Amino acid sequence: MDFEDTPEQAQFRADVIAWLDANARRRTDNLLRGMEGEDAFREAKEWYAKKAAAGFACLTWPKEYGGAGLTPLHDVIWSQEVAKYETRDSQFVIGIGNCGPAIMHFAEEAAKLELLPRMASAEDVWCQLFSEPGAGSDVAGLRTRAERQGDNWILNGQKIWTSGAQHSDYGVVLTRTDPTVSKYRGLTMFMIDMRQSGVEVRPIMQMDGGQHFNEVFFNDAVVPDNFRLGDVGGGWTGALTVLMSERLAISGVQPTGFPQFLDLVKSLELNGQAIANDPLVRERLATWYSQYAGLQAANKRMLTAVAKGGVAGAEASLGKLVGAVMNQEIANFACQLFGQAGIIQEEGISPEQAHFQKTVLFAPGVRLAGGTDEVMRNILAEQVLGLPQEPRADKGMAFQDIPSGKS
Amino acid sequence: MNFEFSEDQLLIRDQARHFLGQESTAAVVRSILDTPEPYHQPLWQQIVELGWTAMAIPESYGGLGLGYLELCVVAEELGRALAPVPFSSSVYLATEAIKSWGSEQQKQHYLPKLAAGELIGTLASSEGQGLMEVQATVAENTLQGVKLPVPDGDVADFAVVIARDSSGDTGLYLADLEGAGVQRRVLNSMDPSRSQAQLNFTKTPVERLGGCGDGTVALAELLDKAAVLFAFEQIGGSQAAMDMGISYTRERYAFGRPVASFQAIKHKFADMFVALELARANAYYGAWALSCDAPDLPLAAATARVSATDAYYQITRENIQAHGGMGFTWEFDCHLYYRRAQLLSGVIGSQPQWKEAVASRLLSAA
Repeated sequence: MDFEDTPEQAQFRADVIAWLDANARRRTDNLLRGMEGEDAFREAKEWYAKKAAAGFACLTWPKEYGGAGLTPLHDVIWSQEVAKYETRDSQFVIGIGNCGPAIMHFAEEAAKLELLPRMASAEDVWCQLFSEPGAGSDVAGLRTRAERQGDNWILNGQKIWTSGAQHSDYGVVLTRTDPTVSKYRGLTMFMIDMRQSGVEVRPIMQMDGGQHFNEVFFNDAVVPDNFRLGDVGGGWTGALTVLMSERLAISGVQPTGFPQFLDLVKSLELNGQAIANDPLVRERLATWYSQYAGLQAANKRMLTAVAKGGVAGAEASLGKLVGAVMNQEIANFACQLFGQAGIIQEEGISPEQAHFQKTVLFAPGVRLAGGTDEVMRNILAEQVLGLPQEPRADKGMAFQDIPSGKS
Repeated sequence: MNFEFSEDQLLIRDQARHFLGQESTAAVVRSILDTPEPYHQPLWQQIVELGWTAMAIPESYGGLGLGYLELCVVAEELGRALAPVPFSSSVYLATEAIKSWGSEQQKQHYLPKLAAGELIGTLASSEGQGLMEVQATVAENTLQGVKLPVPDGDVADFAVVIARDSSGDTGLYLADLEGAGVQRRVLNSMDPSRSQAQLNFTKTPVERLGGCGDGTVALAELLDKAAVLFAFEQIGGSQAAMDMGISYTRERYAFGRPVASFQAIKHKFADMFVALELARANAYYGAWALSCDAPDLPLAAATARVSATDAYYQITRENIQAHGGMGFTWEFDCHLYYRRAQLLSGVIGSQPQWKEAVASRLLSAA
């Protein structure tokens, strides 16, 4: 066991710090400000372009694809240091973290050379189009059709919960190409140019009033066959690659709410008393810290495995499952601490610029996005612990014969 | 960065697992649980012969001169096997106290004998219900007071005792439990596979533990180290209990399918896995901090302790539930783990005490 940098890693860390000091502002607290909106998007694009120019984009990707050709440990060092600055370093994690690996794995070389460097520098922004109104946790039940027409595929259908679609140049889309076979075997994955008339993006107003996600409609959208990722009918394999990358990508940026809670406990006085002296607050602080510290250390264990040439397994679901619930519970607890004023959501009145009130309203989405808590538990139980699968009512049926209820 | 045990340490772990799988079977554990026998002497003798009691003692005092990481991997296996031996009392508590604060003479006297299993030591700190308060007193090198519970207090040859001197300051003292002025009484406990005793000291001759200053501060340091090692016992036991539940629910059928295929059961195990992984990760971090005496050892140790105690309770509790009625029988081993989880959650201070340690250490950190 050893957390020391090698001389080469220490040099890299020093380079990273020097560059960040020159190009970003150090954080003074743990709050994320202005998470939504056009300004954030522009700021993020500039940030990615800047770090790509300096050679700090997509550190583990090969150089010919716009990366730096470094190791996962360099990535860890970057993440550790960049977390200390006010940046939008995880804005495009869906494209780079989810779509990137699938493209690297399944696309033709020419497409990789053309598209990946522009993804790395965020010159092109990507989104992921899997979920549908009738296919959430059971994503393989999706109905968006792709039909072959000469060298092209014609897409019709609807996707939902697409983060960043309104800003995206491209997407990775999962479609049904054969409804006469079982649902997993009739899927095909494509890259799609989002800037065409057959693609319509409509924002979804979330329960917290924000608009982070979108509905995307395909009306005879056109995809050339050389944008196909993997075999016709092999889409499910590709989708699993994306979903696994997603869990790994978000395990590092998963909000837990704990750093903000610690800030609050250290600073807030209520009724003339520091809340840090309240036994109930201390008990909660210790419980959540033990989970938070456990996640941090579990992440280090996972990275050790990756650095030794292993793969991050379904254990990556751990961070999502624990962090998302903790995030909600902490926010709710904090608002209860504020007393009757806990209901008030005004940046000028509510502590930490109403961070906890905003989180109470946003947190339910975190427990659903990228696989619900229940899906995460199934993954852990089946893929890690090897427990048998739930019997499925649609097993062995052609997709077109599967009952779908009211849709 | 490398957050894993070394090849050599993993080899020690595998050997320990193999050995204990053969020698610390459920039958062996039950032979102590079901009888007044305080611990399993043949198993203890073999453990001594394997050198585990000597592991973290320097070679100059008759030890093997290995580090805490080796001790951690062995602790995990002892926990997994519910080993009914006084290892933790003698090794994590008594030996470590003497290593840390013993005078040269005390080290030379005790450490080689502890390494060779010729002496069994323990720690006598608690004095009854509630958080620890020290009322035992030492005057003119004799000890007066009552300690309970003292783990392995019925069989230990000596105890490290915390007591107050005539000016009210606490210190750590060595008391010969075979000598004059010691009355021992075995206490019934929730886990009879390990023994607990009440010790009454009446004018018992003691000597101060050499270089130990304030006893309360020293005790906290000692318990921090022990917390990491106990956490490994707890995660070992947690893993074994979870594995037991998984294998049972995979084999048992209800409604025409394996019990383990129901989501209600799968999600239970997923939650157990989550608790265990968090506890394991915290224990690993604690092991690293212990091995290099890192500045954040106190916080890391308390965190490992809190996490491991939560996990072991949750997992042993839900393992009984997943077994259904059979889990409530004496015949099935579920209760062995459940009992041990209770024992280990209290042995060096209970959960509220350790949670308070996490909170205060976290808030006082920069």
